[in-house]
Amino acid sequence: MKVRTYHELEGQASDLGDQVAWQNERVSQRLKSVRRVVAVMSGKGGVGKSLLTSSLATELVRRGHRVGLLDADLNGPSVAPMVGASAAPLRFGADGILPPVTADGLAVMSMGLLVPDGAAVRWHEPAEASFVWRGTQERGALREFLADVAWGPLDFMLIDLPPGTARLVELHELVPELAGALAVTIPSPASRDAVARSLDLARAREIPVPGLVENLAGYRCEACGSVGRLSGGDAGESLSRDFDVPLLERIPFDPTLDAAAANGTLREWLAGSSRTGRQIGRVADRLEQSLGHPASPTAEELR
Amino acid sequence: MRFLCVECDAQMEFADREVPGDGTLAAVFRCPSCGRHTAMLTNPMETQLVSSLGVKVGGRTVPAAPFEGIRTGIASGREEAFHDGSPSGPARIVWSVDAVERLTHVPSFVRGMVKKIYTEYARDHDIGEITPEVMDRARTDLGLEGM
Repeated sequence: MKVRTYHELEGQASDLGDQVAWQNERVSQRLKSVRRVVAVMSGKGGVGKSLLTSSLATELVRRGHRVGLLDADLNGPSVAPMVGASAAPLRFGADGILPPVTADGLAVMSMGLLVPDGAAVRWHEPAEASFVWRGTQERGALREFLADVAWGPLDFMLIDLPPGTARLVELHELVPELAGALAVTIPSPASRDAVARSLDLARAREIPVPGLVENLAGYRCEACGSVGRLSGGDAGESLSRDFDVPLLERIPFDPTLDAAAANGTLREWLAGSSRTGRQIGRVADRLEQSLGHPASPTAEELR
Repeated sequence: MRFLCVECDAQMEFADREVPGDGTLAAVFRCPSCGRHTAMLTNPMETQLVSSLGVKVGGRTVPAAPFEGIRTGIASGREEAFHDGSPSGPARIVWSVDAVERLTHVPSFVRGMVKKIYTEYARDHDIGEITPEVMDRARTDLGLEGM
């Protein structure tokens, strides 16, 4: 008996490889109308990254940019309420899922819009060995957030990454043209080690890092505005020196910023020209400058 | 992945895809020469792997719907996370009792997607009520036998 090889047959095939390639092509096609895709990464949890990302997105919208905010923290989504995105049922448009747009004009997509408040994100799964496919499922969700949402033309898409380094790799594989990854740390030595891993990975993958923000660098008094010490460590300066990345700002914990995020009033807070607000503005300046002026046309607009 | 009918030395053709239960995915192939059918069965983990990749064994017959993987994969999703697709205008589409009953036989994890496919078919064909007959017609027209 002679059995022919796969390639000797010329008829129908599942073409799983082609299907996967086509999925990635859909991401690429969708992002042709996005000028700059910027990840905000840390590697460490609890550094205030989501709040910084939400504030930066709101600040860029305030400056007249068209901005999308994608919450890639699939298991701990938090940005939607910070920017005042409603959890109303998502609608299907002719070109994909229509993202909720906040009153400020910020387009948002987050797993937090799809699961009830306080509920864990659980997947349909076989009883055993879910680890085998869970990562694939989450990568697929990230891909669908990028490809299936009708983002429309954007000057910036900010992507809030979860702690750890895995999602940065997944994102870079899906978006090789990633414009940059902004790094966020807190002063502590533990944060320094975790963020160092992310910066090392970004360097290995040749992902541009426009800068580093040291968050929770002290405590800003609500009454007098002075900054007091919150914790020890010099992670910002140390990482900046070791990775030759500019330390953009050392932003203290500011209870007024926290309150603005809780109330969905970040835009008003940013317009108030507080000292912390001006620091976030300077980080936004850096994103505008280092990633190129967004007046350049998108690939879609060039056609 | 291809299937060869060894007796006929002919490549088998994809015929049907079913989810018979117990987490099994069945991809049925037919020999164009002798007519023999062969089913490739996956266990629940393999089914989940294929599902999580967002690919279809045997190839895709219809393009992936937006958020297909998320909508079919999330077990803890908000019930009202997605608008049901019904237009709010005068051409609102309703489901007959029989059609709704028939929909309950569709596995829950793909039910939302199946419902959307039928709804879109009805809208495209200016059909105001989805009945079992409309579902049959849609299955034939869209090549969705087994759904």
